[in-house]
Amino acid sequence: MNFEFSDEQNLLRDQANGFLRDHCPPAAVRKILDGKASYDEKLWRGIAEMGWTATTIPEEFGGLGLGYLELCVIAEEIGRAAAPVPFSSSVYLASEALMLAGSREQKERWLPRLATGEAIGTFALAEGAGRPSAKSLKTAISKGRLRGTKLAVADGDIANVAVVVAKTRAGDKASWYLVDLDQRNVKRTAVSTLDPTRSHASLTFRSADAELLGAEGEGWALTQKLLDRAAILFAWEQIGGAEAALEMAKQYALGRYAFGRPIASYQAIKHKLANVYIRNTLARSNGYYGAWALNTNAAELSLAAASSRVAAIQAYYLASKENIQTHGGMGFTWEFDCQFYYRRAKLLSVNIGSEAHWQDRLITAIEHSNVA
Amino acid sequence: MDFNDTAEEKQFREESRAWLKANIPAEAELEALDYLQRARLWQKRKYDAGRACIRWPKEYGGRGASAIEQVIWNQEEAKFDSPQSIFGIGQGMAAPTLMAYASDEQKARFLPKLASGEEIWCQLFSEPAGGSDLAALRTKAEKRGDEWIINGQKIWTSGAHYSDWGILVTRSDPTAQKHKGLTYFFLNMKSPGVEVKPIKQISGGANFNEVYFTDVRIPDSQRLGAVGQGWQVALTTLMNERASIGAGGAGVNFNLAYKLAQKVNIDDKPAIEDRAVRARLANWYVEEAGLKYTGYRTMTAMSRGQTPGPENSIGKAVGAPKTQDMASFCMDLLDMAGAVNDPELAEASGLIQGTFMAAPGGRIAGGTDEILLNILAERVLGLPQDPRADKGIPFNEVPTGKG
Repeated sequence: MNFEFSDEQNLLRDQANGFLRDHCPPAAVRKILDGKASYDEKLWRGIAEMGWTATTIPEEFGGLGLGYLELCVIAEEIGRAAAPVPFSSSVYLASEALMLAGSREQKERWLPRLATGEAIGTFALAEGAGRPSAKSLKTAISKGRLRGTKLAVADGDIANVAVVVAKTRAGDKASWYLVDLDQRNVKRTAVSTLDPTRSHASLTFRSADAELLGAEGEGWALTQKLLDRAAILFAWEQIGGAEAALEMAKQYALGRYAFGRPIASYQAIKHKLANVYIRNTLARSNGYYGAWALNTNAAELSLAAASSRVAAIQAYYLASKENIQTHGGMGFTWEFDCQFYYRRAKLLSVNIGSEAHWQDRLITAIEHSNVA
Repeated sequence: MDFNDTAEEKQFREESRAWLKANIPAEAELEALDYLQRARLWQKRKYDAGRACIRWPKEYGGRGASAIEQVIWNQEEAKFDSPQSIFGIGQGMAAPTLMAYASDEQKARFLPKLASGEEIWCQLFSEPAGGSDLAALRTKAEKRGDEWIINGQKIWTSGAHYSDWGILVTRSDPTAQKHKGLTYFFLNMKSPGVEVKPIKQISGGANFNEVYFTDVRIPDSQRLGAVGQGWQVALTTLMNERASIGAGGAGVNFNLAYKLAQKVNIDDKPAIEDRAVRARLANWYVEEAGLKYTGYRTMTAMSRGQTPGPENSIGKAVGAPKTQDMASFCMDLLDMAGAVNDPELAEASGLIQGTFMAAPGGRIAGGTDEILLNILAERVLGLPQDPRADKGIPFNEVPTGKG
């Protein structure tokens, strides 16, 4: 049994942790929360210089050609720091989509720039409230031009390129399009969201230039595949965040006295935090399996993705809300950092489909396999 | 990251499997035997082949195996339908305590018979006035010459009715502070003055007993640890509650609930198509998978010769309430027939209803849910203990309730 990250991967985690402690302390997150900037540009450049944006991109396209275990380790630390950067959009979604379906020419054009962080990418699927399906899509190509509106697109206001899921007649009724967002026919409007440390936008395509990415009529299958892979990386961000929230609650409970003793000595608090620890441990262990499945492209990937995702959504939500509860009134103040995790937990849990969606996918994955 | 055994582990696994395959008792062999005889037959067979208590030193009947080999052995044995063991308390708790505190002659006398299943041991710790607060026990021990005279009552003693020996914690000095007046012994369960009364449980079974002591005499040579040091000795016993890696999964689990949801209908459609059913099943899958992979992480640490981290201690805190909720949910799926437990008529021969009635015990025995959360909070998260109202006070001045 070798169900553990390697020494090198653990070293990478330590390095990432140290870098983010120095360059992404809570004050840096707060600066984005309180200010006008969409993201922490300096931190983004630093992350790119560390090579994190290049992790899994093959060397021939300017990447480091490392595995997904390395990326999971970095995702965990990004999540722990609640880093205000477009890492998930650009790395787990746009770069992955290009690697999954891009032609050689498309990869050569975008991957080296995504690897250096010079370009930011995103993935545009949702078109408003409710769970999108191939049937529900309205964004479509007409006479070679893309029309429609996507909401909410993570980092849509700052991204240079988007992979857009659009309606099609052929195949599974959806196709992917690669859209250069720096064109006149794309209107981007930043939208206010629950978590101002991660910017979002609506994108309106008004006869925009767009090129097919992957085969026509395979867009829905590609979307499922991409989201399965991304779910595991999102889960690792959520695991990191959940651990940070637990650590914060623990430190506060140890230092805060009520009725002459630390509140951490009351069973009401001890049991609360022990339950958070349990959910975090379950999420982490499921995440290990997800990391393994992603790294080896295992047949069980879909099941591993859904179980990692469900466990991580539940853990981070619990940890972030109970962190505020443990802090009492102070946790409800703008001044305290508890809000970072509460906001981020919910954002990450809806970003690539809600808990209910992934619970359903988990059972679907079991129905499609013979594991049970 | 992979799930593979090392070369040595693989060899041990294959060798274990081959032996198990060749030696597992056939149905015909067991037919005429009761559960005690079955358990003893299987234990003796393993012992004779050097495959009982494999982590123990060879001189005491073990094999000197590593922690990871023990896990592999457990996994392989669990794949066979072997007679249920009744030796867990003796081998898992009494034996490590004997190894740490008994004389060499005593170890040579008792440990091989524990390993072979010839003698069965029970654990006499809990009392009506001391469950979670174990050290509040009151059973009196008074020294008289070379002997101790024991008077009092124990409760929740599994297997006391068929045990040959027992480990016992007593109060030898009621004027000392709670943890300081305890003394630890082992005794012959057939000693005059020992009376065992079964306790009927809500599940209908009677695995537990009350054990009464009336002027029971124990030679001082059967004291383990110094007089007044019983709490330290008891901690040795309690720390050896076996880690249940790779075990579990039987009874009402995800697989059973999933298959049931495929089989029964809700509004003329299979229950598995119902979104609410799917969501709940998914949550349980995540819990089961989380525990399984946590076990894999622990195994990895063992395989590398490291001490496993605290993460494995979440098992019972997650598993016991989950079993209860799943049994309840499965009965809901059966709807109006859910209450029927007649083995001839009920789904899974009444396993679901039986599990539902046994589940409250699972959440209490071996550390209640609440105690487990305290342990996680204190030992894993490093949170402080609750202030104790009995601290620094002689035991006989500690306030007590009506019990």
